Amino acid sequence: MAIFGVPLQAMFGQLLLGLVNGSFYAMLSLGLAVIFGLLNIINFTHGAVYMMGAYAAYILMTVLGIGYWPALVLAPLAVGIFGMVIERTMLRWLYKLDHLYGFLLTFGLTLVLEGLFRSVYGVSGQPYPVPDLLRGATDVGFMTLPNYRAWIVVASLSVCLITWYVIERTKLGAYLRAGTENPQLVQAFGINVPLMVTLTYGFGVALAAFAGVLAAPVIQVNPLMGSNLIIVVFAVVVIGGMGSILGSILTGLGLGIVEGLTKVYYPEASSTVVFVIMAIVLMVRPAGLFGREK
Amino acid sequence: MSRAALGYTVLIICGLIAPFVLYPIFLMQALCFALFACAFNLLIGYTGLLSFGHAAFLGMAGYMMGLAVKQWGLPPELGLLVGTGTAALLGYLIGSLAIRRQGIYFAMITLALAQMLYFFCLQAKFTGGEDGLQGVPRGHLFGFISLEDDRAMYYVVFAIFALGFWVIHRTIHSPFGQVLTAIRENEPRALSLGYDVDKYKLLAFVISAGLSGLAGSTKTLVLGFETLTDVHWHMSGEVVLMTLLGGMGTVLGPVVGAFIVKTLENRIGEFGQMLATYTGLEWFRTIGDSVTIVTGLIFVICVLAFRRGIVGEAMALLRKARA
Amino acid sequence: MKRKLIAVLVGAALASAPLAPAFAQAGKAAAGAPKLTDGVVRIGVLTDMSGLYSDLGGAGSVLAAKMAIDDFKAAEKGKAFPIDLVSADHQNKADVGAQKAREWYDTQGVDMVTDVLNSAVALAVAKLTAEKKRILIDTGAASTRLTNEDCSPYTVHYVYDTYSLANGTGNAIVKGGGKTWFFLTADYAFGHSLESDTSNVVKASGGQVLGAVRHPLNASDFSSFLLQAQASKAQVVGLANAGGDTINAIKAANEFGLTKTQSLAGLLVFITDIHSLGLQIAQGMMLTDGWYWDQNDESRKFGKRYFEQLKKMPSMNQAGVYSAVTTYLKAVQAAGTDNSDAVMAQMKKMKINDMFTRNGYIRADGRMVHDMYLMQVKKPADSKYPWDYFTVKATIPAEEAFLPLAKSQCALVKK
Repeated sequence: MAIFGVPLQAMFGQLLLGLVNGSFYAMLSLGLAVIFGLLNIINFTHGAVYMMGAYAAYILMTVLGIGYWPALVLAPLAVGIFGMVIERTMLRWLYKLDHLYGFLLTFGLTLVLEGLFRSVYGVSGQPYPVPDLLRGATDVGFMTLPNYRAWIVVASLSVCLITWYVIERTKLGAYLRAGTENPQLVQAFGINVPLMVTLTYGFGVALAAFAGVLAAPVIQVNPLMGSNLIIVVFAVVVIGGMGSILGSILTGLGLGIVEGLTKVYYPEASSTVVFVIMAIVLMVRPAGLFGREK
Repeated sequence: MSRAALGYTVLIICGLIAPFVLYPIFLMQALCFALFACAFNLLIGYTGLLSFGHAAFLGMAGYMMGLAVKQWGLPPELGLLVGTGTAALLGYLIGSLAIRRQGIYFAMITLALAQMLYFFCLQAKFTGGEDGLQGVPRGHLFGFISLEDDRAMYYVVFAIFALGFWVIHRTIHSPFGQVLTAIRENEPRALSLGYDVDKYKLLAFVISAGLSGLAGSTKTLVLGFETLTDVHWHMSGEVVLMTLLGGMGTVLGPVVGAFIVKTLENRIGEFGQMLATYTGLEWFRTIGDSVTIVTGLIFVICVLAFRRGIVGEAMALLRKARA
Repeated sequence: MKRKLIAVLVGAALASAPLAPAFAQAGKAAAGAPKLTDGVVRIGVLTDMSGLYSDLGGAGSVLAAKMAIDDFKAAEKGKAFPIDLVSADHQNKADVGAQKAREWYDTQGVDMVTDVLNSAVALAVAKLTAEKKRILIDTGAASTRLTNEDCSPYTVHYVYDTYSLANGTGNAIVKGGGKTWFFLTADYAFGHSLESDTSNVVKASGGQVLGAVRHPLNASDFSSFLLQAQASKAQVVGLANAGGDTINAIKAANEFGLTKTQSLAGLLVFITDIHSLGLQIAQGMMLTDGWYWDQNDESRKFGKRYFEQLKKMPSMNQAGVYSAVTTYLKAVQAAGTDNSDAVMAQMKKMKINDMFTRNGYIRADGRMVHDMYLMQVKKPADSKYPWDYFTVKATIPAEEAFLPLAKSQCALVKK
């Protein structure tokens, strides 16, 4: 059986892989959206912290002998704390200025972080083993699906949905959203806005690090793994509309699938398709699919 | 003779002597990047637009120039024109999309569109992909000046730089440039005064892209090849760094920034060796292989403490001393 | 007038006299110290120091060059001319490599550059080297273009090339029954050369090529490429890539169960790759190698000396660097000068006999011709000691291993 000359088997396979990639886009763009919503900063370091998450897992394993499951919690925690330190010591000074400076600062930080990991580990990838529990593959009829890839989709979707629920449906989330709209007013209600900002940044960063740990067994842990991804994620955020939580999750997943489809029908375009969609969206709906014009 | 004229005369004389003192290839590269940074500065410094995709213009122009000279057999001067024209056209296309949004969105859109071009260059046949476009001949300028000699080539590059610099200088000080500054300072007000803001922004974008293209195609002529490095977003970041370090919105800032950054990239290895011998820390020896640590640090420091850049700070000091 | 002409001719002959004896007694060491342009022979090792190919080149190549220089000095008993070694990282980028080489040639007086793995970098450096009239002895790059359509009087291609790899591995696999092929190709000069050379071999021996997919250099995730390979239903998936890319592709192929229905053919596999993969995954694989440490006493001796320093056995590239530097130094000694034309002429006349090869020689197109070997990776149970990885299945004689001159497109080959 085939659709437009492509065997169904190959198509489902690529779609599934697209969904896996889309999960990463979703987690990263979600973090970017949360940070942008409250801090008004486009966090260029997002790719670098994703990379740091993977390295943290790698270091935990090789140096301390700590395995995958604890690393899934510990690595994001460590990187999240690192993020909070950055926010407290550097980003804080830029809030009064043009947003562009935040963008440039985080860009500079990205260069430093990538350079540091590069000088220590080199650019070739470090292997990270798949945890025993998820080793092996399941024959799902149309392809052999490695169990670990299925886990990526499940794990990232759950994390994304929990985040969405917390922000949109709980009291904590309400403060957060209010802080986005009017920080002075929220402060006046006795809520420590600067602390909230720090924690939010830490959370966004930890989310990226979590994605990094998830990615570690699938791709080689290498210093440039984030920079290859971050630009696509930017495009995802522009398409989805900046600051929209649900929007970024859905766009991330959707674009992953679109990419997978492109790989089936016209592989040459698979790396550019996201940017083409971005250009079209900008022409038709400049605020993005889920965004509101401010 | 006014003070500025005197200053420029001194600079020109320095530029003419330089190839006898320093490695001409280095000087030519630095001049190309200086022109690139100046063109970029026209946007960020005088119009307030942060383009994060300027590498696209530098690189695409370089590729088209190489294609024109190598495959079509055009003379170098026409090759430069082809490169510059390509970049200007590209600037028109990207610019008309990007100016639909402002501020940070503008930066991200230019970044993403440039990345799209990067992937195009990676896959297109004529660029040679990962191998790069190689073996671009320098040829003869106007059919009779051989560019094979590095010094001859240098003076051509110097002339091109001077021309580009003059164009930018004229643009800034023209009524058109005044409107651009008005847009940078307060866009709604410029709009309410009846200026077609989008048209002005687009024209500034096209001029900047074209001059970046001139820089890119000159660079290809000098080195004889063009590779993906010039279209990668790291290059877009580098030109921001040069401009920021030298001083945004100052005429000479980008030139200073470009020379410093290029010197740093070339000499950082030796500097690391020196630090290693003094401090005994072996790690410093490897710093030459990861220049980005240092450039990134400079970036961070500039943004946090030093936003006017070297020339900007120097001018502020001068003004204080005079007052 | 006539007398004047004679005088000029005699003068010219006298001026070139110091060169003449060197040419006359090729192979033997010329008496006295060679004439050196700046008093020193400077050799540059341009390689990938930290990237995906650093295992098969990198610090190991620098060490090999250092060992070659030390051995040469020892053999000359302290009377050798001054030799200097510099090294740099080209980061697998053609522009970085070309720029570094240009700086070396222009400002540091480097006479010979070696290693230069990564075909894209090698092609750029070869062009520059010809322009600057220095010497490139490439050991690490694979593209046949270096000595075929892009050949130059100043390039020597030393260890292997895509033709010899295709000839060895490709042939063996088609003969073993692998008739239909699909390629997974690194998207740059090297991958393209390897894919097309192997396709030719496959077609010539009655096989069929069903398709190919190009992946970026240093790809992080091979999953979608492997799905394409799987969908092709080819018997053999040819890996036209190297180093880290090959390792990752093989690992991913195992993960996605591709190896259950199709077989993998690594077209350029180094011993260092086998070491990273482990015999469990790599066993039974066929590969073409130009040199193996456990071949004879001399190679074992070299391997062990090298191992003591780096705790790894050398790849054929690293061994090639040792041999290339040695050959070059001997040629400078014999030619009595570091003038590139004279040294190249000398090298093309010499027979190369060292721990790397027996009776190797450099052809007019710059190709160093020597025996190649078809190897099979041992089963874990058959591996008796560390780095005991290969059994030699066949020796491909020098004359058959490389592209015949009759088919060459190189302008230096007289027809």
